Amino acid sequence: MNTMSEATKLHIESPKIWVKNLDFYYGSLHSLKGVNLQLAANKVTAFIGPSGCGKSTLLRTLNRMYDLYPGQRATGEILFNGKNILAKDQDLNALRARVGMVFQKPTPFPMSIYDNIAFGVKLYEKLSRSDMDDRVEWALRKAALWEEVKDKLNNSGLGLSGGQQQRLCIARGVAVKPEVLLLDEPTSALDPISTAKIEELVDELKIDYTICMVTHNMQQAARISDYTAYMYLGEMIEFGQTDQIFIKPQKKQTEDYITGRFG
Amino acid sequence: MNAVPSEITAKEMVQPISQEALAKRMRWQRVGDFVAHRVTMLFALLVLLLLVAIMASLVLGALPAFQKFGFGFLSSTTWDPVGEEFGALNAIYGTLVTSFIALLFGVPVSFGIAVFLTELCPNWLKRPMGVAVELLAGIPSIIYGMWGLFFFAPFFAEHVQPVLMDTLGQLPYVGGMFQGAPMGLGTLTAGLILSVMVIPFIASVMRDVFEVVPAVLKESAYGLGATTWEVMWNVVLPYTKAGVVGGVMLGLGRALGETMAVTFVIGNAHNIDLSLFSPATSIASTLANEFAEASGELHMSSLIALGLVLFFITFVVLVIAKLMLMRLSKGEGRST
Amino acid sequence: MSSAIFKRRKIVNKLSLVLATLTMMISMVFLVWVLVTLVMKGFSAIAPSMFTQMTPPPGTDGGLANAIVGSLMIVGFATLVATPIGILAGVYLAEYGRRGWLAPTTRFVNDIMLSAPSIIVGLFIYTVYVANVKHFSGWGGVLALSVIAVPVVVRTTENMLRLVPNSMREAAIALGAPMWKVIFMVTLRSVKSGVMTGVLLAVARISGETAPLLFTALNNQFWSMDMNAPMANLPTVIFQFAMSPYEDWQRLAWGGALLITFGVLGLNIFVRIVLRQRTN
Repeated sequence: MNTMSEATKLHIESPKIWVKNLDFYYGSLHSLKGVNLQLAANKVTAFIGPSGCGKSTLLRTLNRMYDLYPGQRATGEILFNGKNILAKDQDLNALRARVGMVFQKPTPFPMSIYDNIAFGVKLYEKLSRSDMDDRVEWALRKAALWEEVKDKLNNSGLGLSGGQQQRLCIARGVAVKPEVLLLDEPTSALDPISTAKIEELVDELKIDYTICMVTHNMQQAARISDYTAYMYLGEMIEFGQTDQIFIKPQKKQTEDYITGRFG
Repeated sequence: MNAVPSEITAKEMVQPISQEALAKRMRWQRVGDFVAHRVTMLFALLVLLLLVAIMASLVLGALPAFQKFGFGFLSSTTWDPVGEEFGALNAIYGTLVTSFIALLFGVPVSFGIAVFLTELCPNWLKRPMGVAVELLAGIPSIIYGMWGLFFFAPFFAEHVQPVLMDTLGQLPYVGGMFQGAPMGLGTLTAGLILSVMVIPFIASVMRDVFEVVPAVLKESAYGLGATTWEVMWNVVLPYTKAGVVGGVMLGLGRALGETMAVTFVIGNAHNIDLSLFSPATSIASTLANEFAEASGELHMSSLIALGLVLFFITFVVLVIAKLMLMRLSKGEGRST
Repeated sequence: MSSAIFKRRKIVNKLSLVLATLTMMISMVFLVWVLVTLVMKGFSAIAPSMFTQMTPPPGTDGGLANAIVGSLMIVGFATLVATPIGILAGVYLAEYGRRGWLAPTTRFVNDIMLSAPSIIVGLFIYTVYVANVKHFSGWGGVLALSVIAVPVVVRTTENMLRLVPNSMREAAIALGAPMWKVIFMVTLRSVKSGVMTGVLLAVARISGETAPLLFTALNNQFWSMDMNAPMANLPTVIFQFAMSPYEDWQRLAWGGALLITFGVLGLNIFVRIVLRQRTN
């Protein structure tokens, strides 16, 4: 595909995830067209683009969330550690345990803060009570929430503020120790202070995880991502190092979007 | 809790679970998923089979009666447990007439209530009024029966029936329907009590469907200078036609199968009389009165056959109701 | 526009709106009429003896103790039977019902069962159960009432689960949770109170049901806790006593009627309050 020639020039050494010629359909609607992409390990990759461009759809193929809904299907290849996760024999639960996800709106489960974290851990590990305590604390510290909730671990997660709830969800995702974290506009429902906290957090989390984030906020992408992908109408228009995309985009379309001249 | 320094990275914390253990867990989870899926499916299937079982048991039970009397069972007015001669027409007639009367009064009143609740009622009164209407639906039917027998019927006999006889009873053709001994019990009383009972069902469906009418539609009619009544009658009602018919059908389903209230006031006499004042019977009240004491096998089978007829009629009515309501909600989906 | 037409339209409008208000008032008159007669007749019958003594033969004093206990037992067991069935079937419709024919068909049938005549259910249980064990019994009543309660629970469970945002399901699935854990530990849990109100609605619905008990549980004049024998219950006792010519039987019938009605209406109002709090 013509538009891809520039993007594929970028070479990433042993990518964590390698998307090859991905097409996606909602029923008869062709919403991702021949997407190619490599996600570097322990880096933050941001997807930007106008709403409806397919950035969330792309994110949701990476843990096959779309499988829940009849009529949605993907073709092509997505290699995760070299193995194609679109293959029929892929165990979805196992995949999702290794590719965590945080959503736009905080989604605490209707249970205590402690149990929110422990829920995912218990799925795959049998831990003693004290090991579980350690794990919960570790995850909450990772999400910079520990100090705020350590005295009320048995309170319902629904009682936290929006920003705290979102960090709880990040802690929950981190606690199962995935290799990749997918963040779907994680700050769009939050106030600026909570947003800043989450951005800091993302910067720290990339030490351990490969992070992939959808954002509608270009400044955010510029601030915290290492790589940026610009998408438009289901196509990957440009993909490169964030500095390069924001300072010297190769495509006119990308430049228009970034400078705000876009419709 | 021992403090865990936050600098510890994931890799250090990870004591990787062995592939075997992971595979085992995975297997268990898949088994869990399979079991949960199948078990819930089984129960859904159970609900489905319940209907099939009801039909099958009624058909089987009714078989002896239909073998003996054939389809003449449906058109015969004889009901003689001693001579073992049975026909369903009396009961079918009573069921249909009482239900018809119920709708005759129930539908306009329900429409009025729905108009009141959606257009006229001040906001603070909406909720209490809505709840009050639903309380009417919550009162057990046996209570309506007792109230009907002890209070409504005497009142009706003393104050309403004589007036009806003097007015409607004097008309040509239909006059005969309003003649006879003013006892208070009979088809008309049963129909009126049924109408009180179906009003809450019809009214709440009507209110619900009126509320889904897009505001712009009403506003554009008001914008042309239409009155409230014209908007309701010429815009809202045609727009929600399918839902309104569905609601009426739902009410009809209730009226056809209502047992206790009717049993108390219909008079329980196996006959067909032009007069709405004379005692009659309905399918449900015949069952309530005779089933527990039915002696012969044929009597029993004939009663089950009556039940089958009732089930068939209500089933058809309810299916129509449901299809109408589904059509409305689909239409909604299209227009938004 | 001629003023005559305009005037006529205004009059028609006024008239119809007055009529609409009138219909509302009429229905309220009936509600008040029924409730007031119930209170007036029933209140005099309510005495401690109603709860302690057995149903009497005509002409003697007595109470409704056996009928009250019988009703509680039959309704209680029916609720125990119907709740798990209804919840699991509702879960299937809401959570697994996205594909295939079974869910839409079952939903349709369930809605029909919801308004099917209750006396037919009594006939059904009679022919498949009572006629086979050859005696009326409390269990027969339990079966009949559960058949009536199940559709109510199915309906509310499904509706409640549909209110759970998909993001909640996805969040649990994104952790690698299998569907059954998502359903039973997350989604169902988040609508716990809604599902409970569905169960209470079902209880309210079956508490007043008379017709299906007439030829299943029948009646029993005496104290009996044997679910395998005919069992006294409030609705059938009320029916029998109210239709009788005896004054004291009728008085007891009114007392029982008051008890049942306020129990059922109380449950209804309670459920509405809980539901309203949830939706706010």
